[in-house]
Amino acid sequence: MFKFDKLVFGDAGWGDEFLIATLMTLLVSILSMGLGLFLAIITVWAKIIQNRITRFIANFYTTVIRGVPELLVIYLIFFGGNAVVMSIAKVFGYNKYIELNALTIATIAIAVISATYSSEVLRASYLAISKGQIEAARALGMNKFSIFFKVISPQVIRHALPGIGNVWQITLKDTSLISVTGLVEIMRQSRISSNVEHSPLTFLITAAILYLCLTTISGRVFKTLEVNYSKGFST
Amino acid sequence: MIEFLNSIQNSLIYKNFFLILSGLDNTILLLLISLPLGFVLALLFALGRVSKIILLSRTIASYIFVIRGTPLLVQIYLIYFGLGSVKFIRESFLWYALKEPFWCGVIALTINTVAYGAEIFRGGIQSIEKSQVESGLSLGFGKFLLLRKIILPIAIRKVLPSYGNELILMVKATSLVSLTTYMEMTGIARKIMAKTFAPVEAFIAAGILYLFLNFLMVQFVKYLEWKYNPHLRLNN
Repeated sequence: MFKFDKLVFGDAGWGDEFLIATLMTLLVSILSMGLGLFLAIITVWAKIIQNRITRFIANFYTTVIRGVPELLVIYLIFFGGNAVVMSIAKVFGYNKYIELNALTIATIAIAVISATYSSEVLRASYLAISKGQIEAARALGMNKFSIFFKVISPQVIRHALPGIGNVWQITLKDTSLISVTGLVEIMRQSRISSNVEHSPLTFLITAAILYLCLTTISGRVFKTLEVNYSKGFST
Repeated sequence: MIEFLNSIQNSLIYKNFFLILSGLDNTILLLLISLPLGFVLALLFALGRVSKIILLSRTIASYIFVIRGTPLLVQIYLIYFGLGSVKFIRESFLWYALKEPFWCGVIALTINTVAYGAEIFRGGIQSIEKSQVESGLSLGFGKFLLLRKIILPIAIRKVLPSYGNELILMVKATSLVSLTTYMEMTGIARKIMAKTFAPVEAFIAAGILYLFLNFLMVQFVKYLEWKYNPHLRLNN
């Protein structure tokens, strides 16, 4: 039933494969979280500037992506992404076949999903900043860039950290869906190993434990960051 | 870009739409069993979590920790592939349920939603003001009556918005059951894609149906909030 002896490192076991797969999961999570935060900032900006068109587009994007299963979004980007990239390349006069690699597709797909959650968190924390702060910065003659980097961002980060921590956990767990695209991360590795060794229980439990470790450790990291960023505030 | 938009053949989306619609009942069937079951169990687990019996509370806490720390896909695979590979389970009565992808899906979804739901209800129960409970006690309410008349109604209506979120996440989670060969909407969309080599059309048609399902869910939760929070209604 269990073949935990197959988890040793080296050629006899799957230990090193699982290590690489775990690093791949972490890589995809970090990349897509970063890209997701970038997309989320753009989405929030589109929502808060007084422009009906950008606000409509941003609202449409977040509503649709959050109302559709993650798996469907991943399938859509995985199977339809190449066509989009190729038609964009055609506009610039490049007519050859382009195939995006699995890591790029995975990162984009997870980032598109993660950005909708991040944008809600960021928007709420932006709205939590009192208007007086921005007005005071303007009265001091600060330009838009320094207002954004010196007044808004530090406060948004402090307000948003707990929420961003939650989004990180969701993103980390969503990367397991990437296994359907063939990228070898923890989930895919556990399926490969269990097919070879005919012992699904062993490797699926290994996968579960690895995910549990990742979520627990990163949860601790976010707790530390929260304490660090709320220094001097009695919250 | 225009070419790409042209290549989304409208007629194909239309055709796929009805094909995928035939998987809607399978999706709803999953939800119809796992959501009510998950609701009841989540309430029980939440009560166990806040109870003073440390062993019970700790056990439920660790259950919640494990389920919330692992992806749903791992849980579904563990039940479908993992349990199915154990010999004595294959020979026991459990096999009648576990050999069907449908029941594996129901079990996995229920296990998952119970953990999240219990955590939500725990928040609701713990946020009840002490004075409410004390006034109940002063009226001579027993433990059960206190639970039925004061604690649960207040807790449930307080957490309705966040439980509504969980319900929507569950609607989306049903798509993962398609990976165990269960033919619900995502599964059918995948099959159509394999047949027609037109992925965008198939998945957009499925996406529209999921959006519709979630829209209904949001309306349902809004109605519940309206019904059970009469003191928060704007026009009364």
